[in-house]
Amino acid sequence: MNVPNNLVYTKTHEWIKIEGNNAKIGVTDFAQHEMTDIVHVEMPEIGTQINKGQVILTMESVKSAFDIYAPLSGKIVEINDYIVSNPEIINQSPYEKGYLFIIEISDKNEFDDLLSAKIYKSLI
Amino acid sequence: MEKLLNELSSKCNSAYKLNCDTETDIEIPENLKRKSDLGLPNISEIDLLRHFTNLSRKNYSLSTCFYPLGSCTMKHNPLINERIAKNRAFNLIHPYQPTETMQGILKIIYNLERDLCEISGMNCFSLQQAAGAHGEFTGLLVIAKYFKSIGQKRIHIIVPDSAHGTNSASAVMAGFNVIPLKSNPDGSISILKLKKILTPDVAGIMLTVPNTLGVFEKNILEISKIVHKNGSLLYYDGANLNAIMGIVKPGDMGFDVMHINLHKTFSAPHGGGGPGSGPVGVKTFLEPFLPVPRIKKKKSKFVLDYEKHNSIGRVKAFFGNFPIILKAYVYIKSLGAKGLKNASEQAVLNANYMLSKFKNKITVPAGDKCMHEFVLSLKSLLKNNIKTVDIAKRLLDYGYYSPTIYFPLIVEEAVMIEPTETESKKTLDLFINIFNNILFEEMSKKPHKIKEAPVNTPLKRLNEIEAARKPVLKW
Repeated sequence: MNVPNNLVYTKTHEWIKIEGNNAKIGVTDFAQHEMTDIVHVEMPEIGTQINKGQVILTMESVKSAFDIYAPLSGKIVEINDYIVSNPEIINQSPYEKGYLFIIEISDKNEFDDLLSAKIYKSLI
Repeated sequence: MEKLLNELSSKCNSAYKLNCDTETDIEIPENLKRKSDLGLPNISEIDLLRHFTNLSRKNYSLSTCFYPLGSCTMKHNPLINERIAKNRAFNLIHPYQPTETMQGILKIIYNLERDLCEISGMNCFSLQQAAGAHGEFTGLLVIAKYFKSIGQKRIHIIVPDSAHGTNSASAVMAGFNVIPLKSNPDGSISILKLKKILTPDVAGIMLTVPNTLGVFEKNILEISKIVHKNGSLLYYDGANLNAIMGIVKPGDMGFDVMHINLHKTFSAPHGGGGPGSGPVGVKTFLEPFLPVPRIKKKKSKFVLDYEKHNSIGRVKAFFGNFPIILKAYVYIKSLGAKGLKNASEQAVLNANYMLSKFKNKITVPAGDKCMHEFVLSLKSLLKNNIKTVDIAKRLLDYGYYSPTIYFPLIVEEAVMIEPTETESKKTLDLFINIFNNILFEEMSKKPHKIKEAPVNTPLKRLNEIEAARKPVLKW
């Protein structure tokens, strides 16, 4: 299972790429594998305030529907429109083209709860 | 594929002709009279008969084979139910008739309400709801209205993560916020975790007993005490009532509101989008909030009572899906108290027999005893890139409807089996052998057979992914 070292993770299988004040967020390779073929993503809107731990979007695969949780608090500044009509990109490229959205981070203290690639790998 | 009636039609066919020249006293203006043919398909009687017979043979139902779909209670629908529901005395009645002329059906609805009270331990029932989820929605509206009437602001409903998906959906539709409760590995409730989230603004908790893993909630009385002490209400999802009829009553466990799926436990047909019936039962203190009209008995007459000022209002036209109500009534009266108890006992016995044949070979997350259904986890057995869905597809090749898969979500690679009470040991043994054969022989020796399945069905494996991503809708 692919777990890139340059990212941080949550127990609920989201990955986070910190880029200055922003964070790019997606689901891990393990998560897409477990969900199987993703067929629909209910995207949040740009500008939405999100709180860490809150359900931020729902993904549907041929297997079931899955909640995705906000790994950090902040404001959504960009969403990946491409996945709305091409949800399979999450299966094909979970860490690159299949990212979900970018947020402006509101509380950097929350970084403490995120997991390193090494620790995340030991959980899956 | 079977052709459509219009495709089968041909001018050359010798077919029944409708006589449109019937004499009538009514003067029809010349410009309104039809000049052309009716445009109905022209098909001979034998071809028409073959068309419908062929279609029916493509259909899979309990009348053709074993249907072990867990959580759905696909039980036998006795044909006497259908026969009685077809009786002209019932199906020629119009709901707008004066109530004095439909005393019979009001009596049946009234009596079924009393029977459901006896079976469930609740005090009154509303029979309007058209389905289980509709029942949930109604029950939750009743809870909301109750708290409004006593001036309490309670906005949350607790739903365990092993519950049916409809529980959360119904709660949101009724205006509540859902708090998920992580359940124990066997699907039961952790009292400790429950206490943590049971704040003063929790309106209620929705429980399925036995739960979706087929385990009876042994702490139910304690849960009931804790929930009521908090001023919250207890909602019973009747999906699994089939396991406990005549043995224990939800009302006695402390539940305040519940729904029953008449199209499951009480044998009315089920699936394919309905019609269903999801009566809602409540304790006396919630009766004022039930939908109107309530059917009341005044001396020896049945009347419709709309004078309920706290009622949530109507949730369905007329009296609900009456033929379904009638079929459930016939079932209850045919079996009687002893028979219903026996049905539950047999359902539990059948499930335990099957489980006993699987438990030494396949992981059973909820332990080696169950109620009316059980859940297996295929996680540790799967190999050669085979998934649970492939195993399910392979079962179709052997003529079975597949068990439920990937539910409940708390079990990885879940297979959920509910044999129901009417299946014989021979039927169960055959299924057990075939299921074991797929898992322990075919998966290692002929994995391609599983990956390619189904090949013996009218349609081969469908591309479900493409169908969901890019649906081609036709009508």
